[in-house]
Amino acid sequence: MNATTTDTHHDDHHDHGPAPGLMRWVTTTNHKDIGTLYLWFSLIMFFIGGAMALVIRTELFQPGLQVVDPQFFNTMTTMHALIMIFGVVMPAFVGLANWMLPIMIGAPDMALPRMNNWSFWILPFGFSMMLSTLFMEGGGPASGWTLYPPLSLQTGEAFPFLIFSIHILGISSIMGAINIVATIQNLRAPGMSYMKMPLFVWTWFITAYLLIAVMPVLAGAVTMLLTDKYFGTAFFTAGGGGDPVMFQHIFWFFGHPEVYILILPSFGVVSEIIPTFARKKLFGYASMVYATGSIAFLSFIVWAHHMFTVGMPLSGELFFMFATMLIAVPTGVKVFNWVATMWRGAMTFETPMLFALGFVIMFTIGGFSGVMLALAPVDFQYHDTYFVVAHFHYVLVPGSIFAIIAAVYYWIPKWTGNMYDEKWGKIHFWTSTIFVNLLFFPMHFVGLAGMPRRIPDYAVQFADFNAIATVGAFGFGFAQLIFVYVVFKCVRGGEKVTDQVWEGAEGLEWTLSSPPPYHSFTDQPVVK
Amino acid sequence: MIKKTPAARAFAVLASLGAMSASTTALAAMELNMPRGVTDISYKVYDMHMLAFYIMCVVAFAVFGAMAYSIVKHRKSKGVSPSTFHESTAVEIVWTILPFVILIVLALPAARTLIVQEDDSNSEMTIKITGYQWKWQYEYPDSGISFFSTLADESREARVRGSGIDVYEVENYLLDVDNPLVIPVDTKVRLLLTSNDVIHAWWVPDFAIKKDAIPGFINTMWTKANETGTFRGQCAELCGRDHGFMPVVVKVVEKAEFEQWTAARIAEQGGEQLAATDVATPVAN
Repeated sequence: MNATTTDTHHDDHHDHGPAPGLMRWVTTTNHKDIGTLYLWFSLIMFFIGGAMALVIRTELFQPGLQVVDPQFFNTMTTMHALIMIFGVVMPAFVGLANWMLPIMIGAPDMALPRMNNWSFWILPFGFSMMLSTLFMEGGGPASGWTLYPPLSLQTGEAFPFLIFSIHILGISSIMGAINIVATIQNLRAPGMSYMKMPLFVWTWFITAYLLIAVMPVLAGAVTMLLTDKYFGTAFFTAGGGGDPVMFQHIFWFFGHPEVYILILPSFGVVSEIIPTFARKKLFGYASMVYATGSIAFLSFIVWAHHMFTVGMPLSGELFFMFATMLIAVPTGVKVFNWVATMWRGAMTFETPMLFALGFVIMFTIGGFSGVMLALAPVDFQYHDTYFVVAHFHYVLVPGSIFAIIAAVYYWIPKWTGNMYDEKWGKIHFWTSTIFVNLLFFPMHFVGLAGMPRRIPDYAVQFADFNAIATVGAFGFGFAQLIFVYVVFKCVRGGEKVTDQVWEGAEGLEWTLSSPPPYHSFTDQPVVK
Repeated sequence: MIKKTPAARAFAVLASLGAMSASTTALAAMELNMPRGVTDISYKVYDMHMLAFYIMCVVAFAVFGAMAYSIVKHRKSKGVSPSTFHESTAVEIVWTILPFVILIVLALPAARTLIVQEDDSNSEMTIKITGYQWKWQYEYPDSGISFFSTLADESREARVRGSGIDVYEVENYLLDVDNPLVIPVDTKVRLLLTSNDVIHAWWVPDFAIKKDAIPGFINTMWTKANETGTFRGQCAELCGRDHGFMPVVVKVVEKAEFEQWTAARIAEQGGEQLAATDVATPVAN
């Protein structure tokens, strides 16, 4: 593989280049441009959501109220979650899907390019609307991202704007998901049967179906909140014959598949990276696919484990406990397969591999606390404490976020044609890993010791671990500036890479030039 | 208690975590784990928690051990060449079955505990708990006693931003109330939970009970304390601005003392319901 960027570049570029100037980005229907937009957007939102997290951690640095009003604190926890989930992790994965799916399956572009443009461009408007609620009378939403009524119905003028922005984000996600399904089902290169698709494609395929299944459920739930507040319905008001717990059932019927929407593409990313740097084929490809499918199926029948304390009948609690525990089986299979892939490989530890290994270890730690949380009788103690906060941050930050970062380091040489700065990449990994554990590990302890979540002030026995967590939060936050530096530097230039980039890389994306031509695969490749 | 700035405290803790030899004293002062509690249920829950924790530790040791070994031994810089194996039906079946077995080991005692937890039959007395933004109301239907329980004044003053009060000087900061719930020891008490506005959750870690108080619905749970003493918890469901400031305090007293308390309380109330603004004198103990 001696072809350099400049060589291969000009062959493919003689006809449809991008439109010049800013309009390129506004009118683009190109999967790579839209992928880039999604990724930059989620990076910006990452820092906005991160700033909110730092407000939270600053207030919690020591007991007593020092910085913010409790109502604003609640707004911060609510907005931090909404932005990180809908504005960071989901768009980042859609961005990765846009960039990589066509070139992994040998397609020229996404199947529905104009819809692709729209599904991105409504996002900035949705989030502008959501963020504008911070300046409205009565303040932003402060009922937690779960929006449980009756509390969420106490929201001020922000409420309809919040609901409408959630609708917009939902529409964007559904369109993105439909596009991904259409692309994968219709545009695979000859010879690429389903069981030959790379795992990133598989996990996104399943994720897209989850999105199509559950985003309308969320839209329905929040619309019912809206009519309860403004149109006199009483879906969730006992006084009018409704039931506040019904909202929680509907919400978590969306919410639990949603958490797998946030993690399944990570599984795909890690399943691409580990074989490359272990120089060995992924162990148990078929069982990886079946495990992903099983997790997706189980995600629909475990929702009420988020609500063990609402007073369900015993039989319901038993069912949801057993079903939830079952998730550990396919998830375990995945972790074992990754370890077996590493086993007797010939590993090197470039930055993407480091983040992928960090993912496997720390996601598994989150999985362990997940099994503990599944045990209903003990969950009565864990529920709504910092133990839960520790659990879901372990699977989301050194889980999903690490996988996204790993994916960027892994594919950015392909995207730009330039190698990123390996030294700073490694510094980024080690600082992130140290601080993320400093941030989230002590939360297990304060949670077990009895600290509830979503409180702006706490009893003094929780002080020490909270102080450590805040130190970790600032360290982790500032460590991400290294990431921005490395990405900028790589986009602007750097050592040119080959088409294959990584010695152990396999797959169609590595047969294209680095960077790939504006229209990927104008000649259809054949997969044997 | 020696006063330190938070930064100094954080540094001290970090330093002690780093140096294991120095850590024992520092860690002894910090709560790391779930309390074992004072009820038969809380003992079971604690044991269940520890069992799950130890099993997870064993699994972690095995998985991370294999990873660590592989990372050390199977690296390109050692000059190894990669193997080509990429599946093994036997191995994959084993590590699908094995987690099943582990889960069954966990699920059986968990189910048994859950069944006992949810069985509120044969209770000896009933108390009705109502959540408000942001206080609790306790009613004893048998004796007609009814009172509100709100954050103690000392904490209330100290929690204000810029109060100038050092919260370390406040006894039981944020975990103290004006009127605690009083229950007799060794008595199965059934607790009926509801709310007057939004959803709250009533939680006492030492009893290992937590349940939501939902407006328009009544939830039940029960407890039977084996020891006397004062036990503290908090509202555990986000309920608005002052969610962090509505603690739960339960005083478990000897049965005879409970009779006296009941009599005194009835006399004080004069058979009437106390007004919502009640600031009753602390109960003699």
